[in-house]
Amino acid sequence: MKLNPAILFKAPISQSERMMQMKRTLSERIHVDFFLLFALLALTALGLIVLYSASNGDTMLVLRQVARLAIAFVVMIIVAQISPEKMRLWIPWIYLLGVILLVAVLVMGDIGKGAQRWLDLGVIRFQPSEIMKLAIPIFMAWYFADKELPPSVLDLIICAAIIAVPVLLTAKQPDLGTALMLAGTGAWVLFLAGMRWRYILLLAFLAAAAMPALWFMMHGYQRQRVLTFLNPESDPLGAGYHIIQSKIAIGSGGVFGKGWLNGTQSHLNFLPEHATDFIFAVLGEELGLVGAIVLLALVLVIMLRGLYISAQAQDTFTRLVAGSLILTFFLSVFINIGMVTGLLPVVGVPLPLFSYGGTSMVTLMASFGVLMSIHTHRRLVAK
Amino acid sequence: MEQKQISARERNTKLFNRRLLVSTVIVLILIAVLVLRLCYLQIIQHSTFTTLSNKNQVTLLPLPPNRGVIYDRNGIVIAENLPVFSLELIPDKVKDLNQTITQLKTIIDISPEDIEQFNKQVKQHRRFDSVPLKIKLTDDEISRFYVNQYQFPGVFIKAQLMRYYPLGPSLVDVVGYVGRINERELGQINQANYAATNFIGKLGIEAKYEEQLHGKVGYQEVETDASGRIVRVLKRINPTPGNNLHLSVDSRLQIAAKKALGDIYGAVVAIQPKTGEILAMASNPSYDPNMFVKGMSTEEYNAIRNAPGKPLYNRSLRGQYPFGSTIKPFLALEALNSGTIDTKFKIRDPGYFSLPGSSHVYRDWRKGGHGTVNVSRAVTISCDTFFYTIGVKMGISHISAILNDFGFGELTGVDLVEELPGLVPTPKWKKARRGQSWYPGDTVISAIGQGYMLTTPLQLANGTAILSMRGHGYKPHFLVKWQDDQGKYHDNPPIPLMPVKVDPEYWDVVIDAMHGVVMPGGTAAAFGQTPYKVAGKTGTAQVFSTHGRGAGKNLPKHLRDNTLFIAFAPMDDPQIAVAVIVENSHDAKFVARKVFDAYFNEEEKDEAKSSDSVQSAN
Repeated sequence: MKLNPAILFKAPISQSERMMQMKRTLSERIHVDFFLLFALLALTALGLIVLYSASNGDTMLVLRQVARLAIAFVVMIIVAQISPEKMRLWIPWIYLLGVILLVAVLVMGDIGKGAQRWLDLGVIRFQPSEIMKLAIPIFMAWYFADKELPPSVLDLIICAAIIAVPVLLTAKQPDLGTALMLAGTGAWVLFLAGMRWRYILLLAFLAAAAMPALWFMMHGYQRQRVLTFLNPESDPLGAGYHIIQSKIAIGSGGVFGKGWLNGTQSHLNFLPEHATDFIFAVLGEELGLVGAIVLLALVLVIMLRGLYISAQAQDTFTRLVAGSLILTFFLSVFINIGMVTGLLPVVGVPLPLFSYGGTSMVTLMASFGVLMSIHTHRRLVAK
Repeated sequence: MEQKQISARERNTKLFNRRLLVSTVIVLILIAVLVLRLCYLQIIQHSTFTTLSNKNQVTLLPLPPNRGVIYDRNGIVIAENLPVFSLELIPDKVKDLNQTITQLKTIIDISPEDIEQFNKQVKQHRRFDSVPLKIKLTDDEISRFYVNQYQFPGVFIKAQLMRYYPLGPSLVDVVGYVGRINERELGQINQANYAATNFIGKLGIEAKYEEQLHGKVGYQEVETDASGRIVRVLKRINPTPGNNLHLSVDSRLQIAAKKALGDIYGAVVAIQPKTGEILAMASNPSYDPNMFVKGMSTEEYNAIRNAPGKPLYNRSLRGQYPFGSTIKPFLALEALNSGTIDTKFKIRDPGYFSLPGSSHVYRDWRKGGHGTVNVSRAVTISCDTFFYTIGVKMGISHISAILNDFGFGELTGVDLVEELPGLVPTPKWKKARRGQSWYPGDTVISAIGQGYMLTTPLQLANGTAILSMRGHGYKPHFLVKWQDDQGKYHDNPPIPLMPVKVDPEYWDVVIDAMHGVVMPGGTAAAFGQTPYKVAGKTGTAQVFSTHGRGAGKNLPKHLRDNTLFIAFAPMDDPQIAVAVIVENSHDAKFVARKVFDAYFNEEEKDEAKSSDSVQSAN
């Protein structure tokens, strides 16, 4: 069958474009993934309920959190409007800016909570390390975008550098929690990019071997310093206190919990940081195992949607970005709950959408914005 | 080329999708790990953590019971509890004690004594116990502190009830006082019941009825936060307040007795003979019990202890004095009742007495003697020679026996804690304690109340009361009734003493003779005329021997004789029996007169009042 090239190249495309325009759903037009949005709103609502109790019914505090959440959701929707192509165009500069800001923080950083994390821009104070949570995976995805996968050794070395610079700068603040999160994000990109298993195993083995060797080479006071370093939020004397109280809170909650607003551990201030990093313990205490499972179920729903979005993504760049961002979200959830339940050492990682606090929430919602952007900017292409 | 690109893209996609699948599996596994961890904590370990959580927050706080209030016989409060605000510190929660105190000084007036007291108490308490720094804050200080409280973690104002004795020194001899529990007492009390109590009865009624007054501790199950602050009360077992005590003491009479003593050292005890209820028991000089509640520095305490007249020495209970001639009515009764003499028995008094075969002369207080004297007159004029004679006639065993019958030489069993027994000597006692035989001369001087025998003012009043009741006395006591925590009253009925069996005729003889004492011609004629009929007996006890008779008015005051006076009235229906002992003074009878007047005037006034109201009702 002989086809008119004009028809072949022009009409069908314009027609399909027209079709696309007509067929574009509301979701695609406003670049919002409703599934994700509602799941996030549900999680946010649960978070606010717990925060209200954790703050001892401090309405002002909850309202401030609501304001932050509103900003974060707006940021998410704004980010969702930016097409992946534009992101790909901007990302090297954003990454570079992030590194410069991290250096700036180290040089003239404001003291916040004993660590230099904040950059005071007069109007707002923010943590440049938060930018890196997005910049690292997107920049790495940019790097892999047109490369053939799995990554070569050279690719791995270059990526190691991309990850290491911001991670080390963040660790030096010192903010080990965020540094680990950044490293984790980078690692997810490498994993999704198809880093060979043998390299993964080799790295894992080296890390495992290095740790005890390093540990035994250290003197007692150095170990203590490392322990303190692992747990910068608490004073050395109270290092174990957080986790003991948090376990008591969760354990005493039982299956159905002590009831909302009835958590004794948190309301009587036995539980430190109960509105921020340890807010999960409040949930565990007051709403019990049931509440915790509801939270995990919501997280799982968001995860599955995110994974679906990355599976649906149309090129390497968007796939890697979507996959690593959603997995980073999960990583922070896991590290936080693992830490609060005593599975992992105490590192200052907040529980996304639950913990009271600013920048990390905005970053997180921005990453969901990226996911929405990726999902809603898909072009209809023939397979 | 394009093909290759497509296949490369497809390979990339496949690889990515595989990795995404692996990631999904990892996510599911990690979620499962969290769920399992939560199940472990919240199901398997649930009870352990619940216990830990409860331990964290629930503290059992003891609540002090309110100490019973003490009333006098007219319902006047003589010991009560007043709220006092004190500034307390928890040493454990204060970073720098000295600096904090220095800072506190700028807003609250803290004396060096307060700090000394505080430092002493800090050492006695556990680090996390609160220790008072200053007791009795003024309203100004309280408000100044509250404004600045944020600067002083670990410092707070504690409101507590403190014992207060509104009549102060007037009733301390009876009521005693409470003070901070000391280490020795801590070993004796039920510590659980005193968990919230800081004060304990130290003396007097407060000590005697400590158990009744204290009540039972209550508990509060409170939820505390990590810093120990009480957040809410979960359960409250109210403390059972102590019983309110109603005492027999009449504070108006007590005050009158104190006033009658003035600046004379001595004691007055007044008893209601029909019940044994003690109406007044005053020792002079006195002190303010409220100082002991507040707490004193060593200097302050020593100042009180060593003050002239030794105020802390409760003469009415612990003062042991020679009877002097107040012994005579009792001996007269014994002499008559034992048949040693009869009412017609007379002696001719030359003004002295000698034992047969001895040249030693025992003088009468009146040079030249009293002439012919029978038992009745002997009592009225207090004839020493007569009593020397009958004393020797009946012997020390009769003297001791009758004194014991009237309650001398042993504790009266009054409901106070510090009573002394006095002394009624016997040959056996002398042998045991002095290692000497009983000499006839000992009996001679015993017969006029000198020598070894000693009585307390309380015993003397008790003996007088028994005498006034013609042998049918009652155990002296203060507690009339008490009110339990339900508001119910319980009587403390009078306990009759073993009656002193004497022929009724002899009671009349002796009592009539005692009436003569206060009449013209009697030794206490100066007692004066009274609207009520009084029977009394004077007594003098030498503090310093003048080797011969003589009142010793020229002696320095502290060497002058002690005088005693016992009396009861109205003679035929005794309502009050009084014993007065004054040191180095001759005013015993005048003191007694004032007490009687106070008693009967009040009675009259009360009667007048009630008859007025009856009339107006008509």
